[in-house]
Amino acid sequence: MSNRLESASNQTFEPRIVAFFCNWCTYTAADLTGISRLLYAPNVRVIRVMCSGRIDPQFILAALREGADGVLIGGCHPGDCHYLEGNYKALRRFKLLKRFLKRMGIEEERVRLEWIAASEGDKVQRVVNEMTEQVRKLGPLRLFPLPHPETHGNGQQTPELVAAGQGGN
Amino acid sequence: MSKPKVGFNWMASCGGCEEAVVDLDEAILDVVAAVDICFWPCAMDFKKDDLRAMADGELAVGFVNGAVRTSEEEEMAHLMRQKSKVLIAFGSCSHTGGIPGLGNLFPKEAILWNSFVESPSTENPDETIPQPETQRPEGLVTLPALQDTAKALDQVVEVDYYLPGCPPPVRLLKGALEAILTNQWPPKGSVLAPDVAQCQECDRRETKPEKLELKELKRPHEVIADPEKCLLAQGLFCLGPVTRAGCDAACIKGNMPCTGCLGPTSRVRDYGAKALSGFASILDAKEEAEIDKLLDQIVDPEGTFYRYSLPTSMLHCNLALTGNGKKGA
Repeated sequence: MSNRLESASNQTFEPRIVAFFCNWCTYTAADLTGISRLLYAPNVRVIRVMCSGRIDPQFILAALREGADGVLIGGCHPGDCHYLEGNYKALRRFKLLKRFLKRMGIEEERVRLEWIAASEGDKVQRVVNEMTEQVRKLGPLRLFPLPHPETHGNGQQTPELVAAGQGGN
Repeated sequence: MSKPKVGFNWMASCGGCEEAVVDLDEAILDVVAAVDICFWPCAMDFKKDDLRAMADGELAVGFVNGAVRTSEEEEMAHLMRQKSKVLIAFGSCSHTGGIPGLGNLFPKEAILWNSFVESPSTENPDETIPQPETQRPEGLVTLPALQDTAKALDQVVEVDYYLPGCPPPVRLLKGALEAILTNQWPPKGSVLAPDVAQCQECDRRETKPEKLELKELKRPHEVIADPEKCLLAQGLFCLGPVTRAGCDAACIKGNMPCTGCLGPTSRVRDYGAKALSGFASILDAKEEAEIDKLLDQIVDPEGTFYRYSLPTSMLHCNLALTGNGKKGA
């Protein structure tokens, strides 16, 4: 596994992916992945939430702002939500947020929602590996630094930005 | 003699905030009697040098409206900060970025091109774009430079208080003036408005159903709204539930939905994200196709949810401005 990841790219960039998994299905599935000794990319940092409906779009933006290159959301399949409708809310929020992110120039593949049932340990493996590779291809997410009085407190212009299409690879 | 000195400055904004001061009506006479207005270029003959000549902290309170978009505005923000004991971000643009903040969706070159060449009302066959410096026979002519993005005031200098609104409601302005005169201020960094949602002050509150389930979304021009009933229940985008109170639901009284100018309450970090979250949750759709059909009716998600707050959102601007991913260095 790790060999495959290393040979996939000769760069040193390792994607950081923050995953929000719901307690009842996807987190349990991730446990199963481990118990079943299924290896998956170590690039994902899992945060357990009680329900995918608990995932505020602010969490996703905060993850991206704090240095994640991608965000993965895992919830119960439609109809299977422990709280009946949380995953439908998650889906609507996700779809609307994606429309906004697109307008903000953030690539589609960086934010992904998957329904993964507690028994689908192999799906956790597949999705995490797929997403790691997709984000690796995209490269690091470089958000515009949030302006702050201390970063340009002397009346200077914000640092020159690298124009799109220029610079290294 | 011992009257507190105040100053007002206007940056990247429409001028409505200056108007809000005049909206005090006859109360403005009490204001003039109680404070010395020592800097207000919009209304009286003051120059930048008058401000420069003041001692640091000479102004008891400085009101700054507008976003920071040009090099000159950045300079003025610092100057106002230096000369004011208490600096107040006055109005949405200064508080959260405001309408000029939507410029952060585009690179500045695109904005200049659109404004000076492409726009239908422009006749500019030479495609002349304003430059920060131009050599003319008379000498070097300079203009303030457009910066990469529009910023809220507290992204440039330290801000003591915020008076939200587009423009700030008279009621809130009066409250701030009272704070000046009695020298009784809330904790530093406070937004000088109630920390509850708009719905709390709304006359239509009783007509809001227990559970909102929107089957269809409408824009204000598509429908004549019932003047009594909760606008959300009528399928209109009323941002009242996620917006701070303080304006006595002025727009809603005018039968128009709240557009969120007073910004978030203190519990929210990213207004637009919270707003779109709230909206998505009250849509009555479960199947992907149904959801897409409803979402298609939101023609402008960034302008709807981030109308006044894009610069202070967690993303700040479109990624095209950074040379993201592999394209970047």
